[in-house]
Amino acid sequence: MGRKNWLIMLGAAIFIGVFPWLVMPFKAVSHYVDVMVFAGIFSLVCIGLSLLMGYAGQISLAQAAFFGIGAYTSGILTSKFGVNPWLAMGGGTVVCATVAWVVGVPSLRLKGHYLAMATLGFGVIVNIIFAEEVNWTGGPSGMIDIPYLRMFGRKITSDLAWYYLVWGIVFLVLIFCFHVLHSRVGRALRAIHEDERAAESVGVPTAGFKVRVFMLSAVLASIAGSLYTHYVTCLNPSSFNLMWSIRFVLMVMVGGMQSLWGALVGTVLMTFVGNEWLQVFAELEILAYGAILLVVALFLPGGIVSIGGFRRKRRQSALEGAGT
Amino acid sequence: MTGTDFQPSAPILKVSGLWMKFGGVTALRDVSYEVPEKVIQAVIGPNGAGKTTLFNCISGMLGPSEGSITFLGQAIGGIAPHRIAVAGVARTFQHVALFKKMSVLENVMMGRHPRTGSGFLAAGLRLPGMRSEEKLIRSRALEYLEFAGLAGCAGVESGTLPLGKQKILEIARALATEPRLILLDEPAGGLNMKETEDLGELIQGIKKLGVTVMLVEHDMNLIMDISDRVLVLHYGEVLASGAPAEIKENGAVVEAYLGAEDEE
Repeated sequence: MGRKNWLIMLGAAIFIGVFPWLVMPFKAVSHYVDVMVFAGIFSLVCIGLSLLMGYAGQISLAQAAFFGIGAYTSGILTSKFGVNPWLAMGGGTVVCATVAWVVGVPSLRLKGHYLAMATLGFGVIVNIIFAEEVNWTGGPSGMIDIPYLRMFGRKITSDLAWYYLVWGIVFLVLIFCFHVLHSRVGRALRAIHEDERAAESVGVPTAGFKVRVFMLSAVLASIAGSLYTHYVTCLNPSSFNLMWSIRFVLMVMVGGMQSLWGALVGTVLMTFVGNEWLQVFAELEILAYGAILLVVALFLPGGIVSIGGFRRKRRQSALEGAGT
Repeated sequence: MTGTDFQPSAPILKVSGLWMKFGGVTALRDVSYEVPEKVIQAVIGPNGAGKTTLFNCISGMLGPSEGSITFLGQAIGGIAPHRIAVAGVARTFQHVALFKKMSVLENVMMGRHPRTGSGFLAAGLRLPGMRSEEKLIRSRALEYLEFAGLAGCAGVESGTLPLGKQKILEIARALATEPRLILLDEPAGGLNMKETEDLGELIQGIKKLGVTVMLVEHDMNLIMDISDRVLVLHYGEVLASGAPAEIKENGAVVEAYLGAEDEE
């Protein structure tokens, strides 16, 4: 995955490692650990979405729905059937992968932004199901008393344990995705991004690859949803509505679509913005989001990571990664 | 790069009763033709004769309106381009279609795609099979670069190469898919004389590998020099076919060229 990416990852890991110890002593910001747990969970969603947006060139407006499917699958299986939470998490990913395949195959065969249309409708339908299937999901009032995650026979309850668990998973997923990008599969994805016709001519099934990237993004959203369920231990349909899908797209765009680091930076920043600093806008929050999106699209199309030639460096390291 | 059993008469490609219509425009009109194996088959004709359309039908970029295309006994008319690539037909494009932001080596590595198989999981988990496959992809790609004479610029971003080298690189990428039939769409377009000469040698080298070459070209000298057979299309129909010397003498062909516009 290239020396530069490893170095950035080392730096990021050190920062994530010491962050809690920097904020915890100060009462005013000690809850930032909790915010960062959410940021880590959302990062999983956004890493998948950035692969889809940056490499398959498609937008999904159903990531909150996949996030929700993962969350409710975990919630229902663990609280109603006593299934092991880790198994339930696996179950969620299978459900999401299957659903993404069913939605993706017809809409990704067509050229253009049909996936955005299909996922927009799909996301709304899923949210209605969450709200209406009262027997299973608790309906609009939601589910409570979802069991905690267990690891090595202990319940994971403290914010700090969650923080390290979630960010550990984020780094594993990042490494997985960087490996994918620096491989035969990643080359094929970059080829599709550059010239679909030429990619087809050297035997790349372009539609098939797009479907698989979409499935991967759904699986990552599902894992995030399962973690979210066990962290907050209660669920409510409004956490998985269209507004959240749009927020995920925004996080990726703010950070920078064509870099996994962009997804990470954008997610952390926007989570703090949303949870902490935009609360003052209350009902006008959506306007603030719109303004941010407009500013990024107009003045910073490459996202935050494009500031200071970050992207150029990344491309160089991609070349080095190919051993040239 | 296939075996050495030599059967010059067996057709590798058989096109029969091929029609291609775009709305009211008929680009190919009842074209029937057979290409024997391991020859250099030129396809010529005035602009708009349907040469590129024929290539697009063979490589799957277009689904023919009517008729059949048989490659090595397999019907390939109307199936997806990536399947046709896997079946053993490679192509280049009239306007170079490289992956411009990738290095020269990576472009040729892309050509190994249909002959390799590791997927998302194997790549993400860096499984041992995937690592050794990746090494093999790289070494095979380097072989093809060497063959095309581009090994010296393996690390260069392909979009920054001069046009002549881009065209050669595109051929190397197509060859890396290990085709039995390669379609070259105006490979000499935009090349100077020296480059065209080198190209001619490269194409003859491809034939020696046992790969059948189909070539759309306007450079008559190149065609007369290297091709074994020539097919002439005119307004989407087969006007003539035969050895280059015969075509040169063919009255109908001369008329079609002079009657149209001076191509050369």
